[in-house]
Amino acid sequence: MATYLFRRLVQAVLILLGVSLVTFVLLYLLPADPARQIAGRTASAAQVASIRAQLGLDQPFFVQYGRYLASLVQGDLGRSYLQRSQVSDLIASRLPASLLLMVAAIACELLIGLTMGVAAAVRRGRASDHVLMVGSFVTVSAPQFVVGLLLLYVFAVKLGWFPIGGYGTASHLVLPALTLGILGAGWYSRMMRSSMVDVLRQDYIRTARAKGLRRWTILARHALPNAILPVIAMIGIDIGLFMSGIVVVESVFGWPGIGQLAWQAIQRVDLPIIMGVTLVSAVAIVLGNLLADLVAPFVDPRIKLQ
Amino acid sequence: MTSLLKRSVAALALSAAVLATPTIAAAQSGGSITVTYKDDIATLDPAIGYDWQNFSMIKAIFDGLMDYEPGTAKLRPGLAESYEISPDGKVFTFKLRDGVKFHNGRAMTAEDVKYSFERTVDPKTQSPGAGFLGSIEGFEAMQGGTATELSGVKIVDPKTVQVTLSRPDATFLSVMALNFSFIVPKEEVEKYGADFGRHPVGTGAFKLADWTLGQKLTLQKNPDYYREGAPKLDEINFEIGQEPVVSLLRVQNGEVDVPGDGIPPAKFREVMGNPDQAAHVVQGVQLHTGYITMNTKAAPFDNLKVRQAVNMAINKERIVQIINGRATPANQPLPPTMPGYVENFEGYKYDVEGAKKLLAEAGHPDGFETELFVANVDPQPRIAQAIQQDLAAVGIKASLQNLAQANVIAAGGSAEGAPMIWSGGMAWIADFPDPSNFYGPILGCSGAAEGGWNWAKYCNEELDKKAAEADAIVDPAKAAERAAAWGEVYKGVMADAPWVPVFNEKRYTMRSERMGGDDALYIDPVNTPMNYKYVETK
Repeated sequence: MATYLFRRLVQAVLILLGVSLVTFVLLYLLPADPARQIAGRTASAAQVASIRAQLGLDQPFFVQYGRYLASLVQGDLGRSYLQRSQVSDLIASRLPASLLLMVAAIACELLIGLTMGVAAAVRRGRASDHVLMVGSFVTVSAPQFVVGLLLLYVFAVKLGWFPIGGYGTASHLVLPALTLGILGAGWYSRMMRSSMVDVLRQDYIRTARAKGLRRWTILARHALPNAILPVIAMIGIDIGLFMSGIVVVESVFGWPGIGQLAWQAIQRVDLPIIMGVTLVSAVAIVLGNLLADLVAPFVDPRIKLQ
Repeated sequence: MTSLLKRSVAALALSAAVLATPTIAAAQSGGSITVTYKDDIATLDPAIGYDWQNFSMIKAIFDGLMDYEPGTAKLRPGLAESYEISPDGKVFTFKLRDGVKFHNGRAMTAEDVKYSFERTVDPKTQSPGAGFLGSIEGFEAMQGGTATELSGVKIVDPKTVQVTLSRPDATFLSVMALNFSFIVPKEEVEKYGADFGRHPVGTGAFKLADWTLGQKLTLQKNPDYYREGAPKLDEINFEIGQEPVVSLLRVQNGEVDVPGDGIPPAKFREVMGNPDQAAHVVQGVQLHTGYITMNTKAAPFDNLKVRQAVNMAINKERIVQIINGRATPANQPLPPTMPGYVENFEGYKYDVEGAKKLLAEAGHPDGFETELFVANVDPQPRIAQAIQQDLAAVGIKASLQNLAQANVIAAGGSAEGAPMIWSGGMAWIADFPDPSNFYGPILGCSGAAEGGWNWAKYCNEELDKKAAEADAIVDPAKAAERAAAWGEVYKGVMADAPWVPVFNEKRYTMRSERMGGDDALYIDPVNTPMNYKYVETK
């Protein structure tokens, strides 16, 4: 276990290094000139050159990358070119909102997805099963910005049940969490359905039924716990899905998380922020996957970590 | 990174706790308003902040030696109580006002004035506006790093500052009202270093009360403000991260008082078509010109006839229609409300046949292929498509380069330049209401260098000289003469046709029912979306 963990952590570091290199190269190749952006419209060539030198942008690529890594290991993500704040401050101030949204979205997708999956498995082959599975297909395929705007329009603007975007109270959280969660709910309903169908075919379920247990007792006590575990173990992998989802959902709902920060930075070509958000997301995805792998053997003893 | 995550997890727990109890809406007297913005507020450091969002906020927190009458472009003394200009127009002596205090309680003195100017000019500050102070004696030495002080700024006594210029500069008083020459307290700047922009301390009408990055910023009335009767509001709340469409809905719901990003283009007709909503819109002019640049240093636009032909090929009326009439067609670089604007100027009339004839004379009877760069934010690509169609009508096949704004700016400033650029979204909006502000960086020779904003790479040394002569007319009594001289400069520019001036954008500010104050404050020429210091609630 310890050696496995060690090997995975080394791998994680290598992956992050790779991500940082690729992102850095891409941003380096962008035809934007940060020094010029900072210097403004009235700057002389000498002013721009001075700023370029102060930022080290006149150095060769590998020197720039090396410097970035050197400050990165000290926890310094640099300063935003346009906001002039520490990137780590900007991210730290926005990360809680994103994490909160993600936790709420996980709750949404599990609640909706698992309920749909169980219901479909129980009614396997009947009309309601088909309706639910088609529904899951729709939620998986619907673009999030469309879902978001639709929910916003119906529940916030027309019905007035929820605030129109923003942040601060539980009612602000519902619609964005639902938008983000509904995509995953589709996946979970399908996984839950097949897992449940498997379990319901097992001999011990037949035994339970034979000894006369009530239908609900069988479902809740005997089938569900066994069916749900492999599904729950997938949550770690969702992080990657969420990371791409929050960029859209946060922008639609005015949710002050890192997705919104990333979107703004991309529009304004604020390279240090783009770099920082990419790395933080990569860390989250790597950790999520690691978590999923570590949890798997506990859930299903047939899986061994090697 | 680990500490970052730890902090965030702790903060997550906190925010979950906050969510459990609904926040109680702050019950305020009539003096608190809410303004929304989509994008983060960048720095509030007056030496650095330079976007239309933070520029006016900085004006609410800091002051300069000069100021404007609210709602107008008329200069008046600010932190300076009075000033004198030497007959040769090179020495400005400012007498500072008594009893002006920074938000930290310390009295402002002449030392602070000198410190603030030098801070902006210091290359380490990386100020995007340092060039505005370029006429102060000693500017080059300090920018070049050979001096640590501005030799032209002298402290005569704690209440008097004398500024000597290296050349007569009629715009200097306007520059003194510009953010980059606002007065900052040295001790606070040194305390916060590069983060001063997040902890701004000035002499202004408002002070920063609270700032949650990416969410909310609150300005609170400065009770010790030196000007009687300002500010009118007790508090301004800025809510960040709100899409313009969402902001508009919230204004209609009465939750927001002013949508900072304005009325979204897609909703414009709907709002203006509804009398109840249109009643809340204030319409005014803007010191703005949208234009197409043509690279005068490269074929085929190095040929005057080609540039004139393009000027005649563009159907400006139609482009104005595309943006729902939110602009008026232009025929010269200056917007109509700017001194120096030439009334009755003919410009180049829309004339497809004439354009074709000129192209044929220039040796392009069948037109040519070129590229038109455009920022990829609505409605700019739609406008560029209209330009593309107009060009096609005279045989010019322009392919569109839809890029992020920063990339268009980089392309225009690069050594080889871009053949054509539609300036929309990046267009020149005057920093201060003076005709010279539309010349130097975007039409003068200095701006034509690599990385400059003169995307046409246009350089007419004779006009540069005329411009310098106009700016040497410092005596305020000769303002009309100076404006006329500038008018001649811009006529000269249009004779060379490096641009197609397309339109002057109008400005629309929406405000909630409870917002009061003169309409002029909402279309204030130097403040967007409004003059924070003087607007009030009913």
